[in-house]
Amino acid sequence: MAETAQRASAEDARPLLTVERLRKHFPAGKTRFRRHTPLVHAVDDVSFTLARGESLGLVGESGCGKTTTGKMLVRLIEPTAGRVVFDDGAGQPTDIATLRGKHLKEFRRHAQIIFQDPYESMNPRRTIFDTIAEPLQVQKIGALPERLDRVTEMLALVGLTPPRTFLFRYPHELSGGQRQRVAIARALIVEPAFVVADEPTSMLDVSVRTGIMRLMSDLAAGLGISYLYITHDLAVARYMCDRIAVMYLGKIVEIGATEEILRSPQHPYTQALLSAVPVPDPTVERPPVTIKGGVARQVDPPARCRFFDRCPLADDSCETNDHPPLEHKGQEQLVACYKA
Amino acid sequence: MSGAPLLAVTDLTVDYHTRAGEVRAVDGVSFTVETGQALGLVGESGCGKSSLALALLRLLPESAQIRQGQVLLEGVDLLALSANDMRAYRWNRIAMVFQSAMNALDPVYRVGDQIIEALEQHPSAVSQDPAERVRELYDLVNLNHNSIDRYPHEYSGGMKQRAIIAMALACRPDLIIADEPTTALDVIVQDRILRELGNIRRELNMSMLYVSHDMAVIAEVSDVVAVMYAGKIVEYGDAAAVFKRPIHPYTRALMSSFPSVTGEKHDLATLSGEPPNPLDLPSGCHFHPRCPFATDVCKEQAPPTVRRGTQWADCWNPPGDEADG
Repeated sequence: MAETAQRASAEDARPLLTVERLRKHFPAGKTRFRRHTPLVHAVDDVSFTLARGESLGLVGESGCGKTTTGKMLVRLIEPTAGRVVFDDGAGQPTDIATLRGKHLKEFRRHAQIIFQDPYESMNPRRTIFDTIAEPLQVQKIGALPERLDRVTEMLALVGLTPPRTFLFRYPHELSGGQRQRVAIARALIVEPAFVVADEPTSMLDVSVRTGIMRLMSDLAAGLGISYLYITHDLAVARYMCDRIAVMYLGKIVEIGATEEILRSPQHPYTQALLSAVPVPDPTVERPPVTIKGGVARQVDPPARCRFFDRCPLADDSCETNDHPPLEHKGQEQLVACYKA
Repeated sequence: MSGAPLLAVTDLTVDYHTRAGEVRAVDGVSFTVETGQALGLVGESGCGKSSLALALLRLLPESAQIRQGQVLLEGVDLLALSANDMRAYRWNRIAMVFQSAMNALDPVYRVGDQIIEALEQHPSAVSQDPAERVRELYDLVNLNHNSIDRYPHEYSGGMKQRAIIAMALACRPDLIIADEPTTALDVIVQDRILRELGNIRRELNMSMLYVSHDMAVIAEVSDVVAVMYAGKIVEYGDAAAVFKRPIHPYTRALMSSFPSVTGEKHDLATLSGEPPNPLDLPSGCHFHPRCPFATDVCKEQAPPTVRRGTQWADCWNPPGDEADG
């Protein structure tokens, strides 16, 4: 996929998505006796770009804001502030953060999402055909015979063969891996420019997972789709993503080319995250993880570095200064840390 | 590690009654766990690993039945004990930590009180003051004493899992059975829990049966590994040996399909098909429809055991030159 991304970027240097200072604050514990509503800073000032055909991994622990970010990019959640400029080269670049009505619906043709749980993300009373054809129906694309052809084609594409035997079955008749293939078919049937994949393989068995990962890579390369690939698993991100962005408490703390980040992580949080990943080799003794404590508070966080309380490198300047900006540390590696 | 093993399981077979018919979840499984040893039981969902863990404790749901087999703990057959005698073994001799342990704490009682309650159920196990023992246990699992009097909702996921481990250790068991205890936790928390569990185990010379789907976690916690597929242990041996030179094609496939963040980036192997439906198991070797090395005999007859030192696997055609016969 890395080659695809390079080729694509040579053809057209403008990114498909440009995310600028994106924020989402949720009210927490609102009461009428308090004048100030405490806010959970789920996503706080996040900026990045997604190139055509590129796969960007969004990595972090639960509660770091990766899913909220993903949902904002497909506008399942409305951002509190910031811009998401979508530029597919066909029309004018548009800020999708504030789209409404028919413009929003038109945008949904270009942006799709695949959820983690293949058991929960499908209506159990709809056949596989209805499930996959639903985006066509919503977007009013094609008549029934054409839709049938398209769905059959998609089923074959995602490896559910022979397609005819799957068309009129129900989700409960399928295994987890097969359902995730249906979810992929449903997302891709409208030929989107990019897909948010939210932990698409984390509920699947190891022996099935690789098949889904390979399918998603092949389809991205074949159809030129960009992914925002959300995962807590750095090992999976290594295989799926050209670049990785590491999130901590609503902030991107490090972003760069996948292998570069895995080889020389610069941010102390990325280093800790990497050293905590178990290694499937009994002869390897991992060094101890250096960070302390648990995840800090997200409600009305202080202005200083979000990682301050747990950081082994932090000193007075980290406490008095604001959260550090992302700065170049390697070729394409950006790190938000005063000490790295 | 001298003399008889701490736990010896022989020919254990568990069936479930379902509306669709009898399902054999565990099919004639035999293994041993020595004192101080950690056995890692790895397999995919539905392979029978959790049923096996529950059967050892006789905690299977009512729809399940232990058809045959023996579970010897220091020579005593747990399956032959009366329900009352078995209760004396649970917690005292064998303790358990489950994945759903997060929900095992009662939300309306203070966590410390729940551990004291567990201690009071087994007064013979620990003679000291229960409150003192709870403080000792909190030290052991690295929990702060001031959280003893807090309620479960005031604990984070990692703290709850630690409290559950403290509770499991309360009566100084000989064997701890851990079924995916860190699966719902983030990697950094998982790392801490695994390290603590390892330290405690070494300190107390406690045996452990660790059940997981995660090859990497199994590699880190186990001395000995058992790989389960469709109700049977298909490969068994020293962790280092099994991970270095797996015999069974299924073990090989599991390992080469497992992504790693370290080392060279190798192509991930894809195993065709899906784990079998336990209601309709393939004939012969249950793995043959997915096996790249399968021949006619694999479809017809159950595979023989191939040995290499203490490592063994059930396979007709162990790939490569691995087997010594």
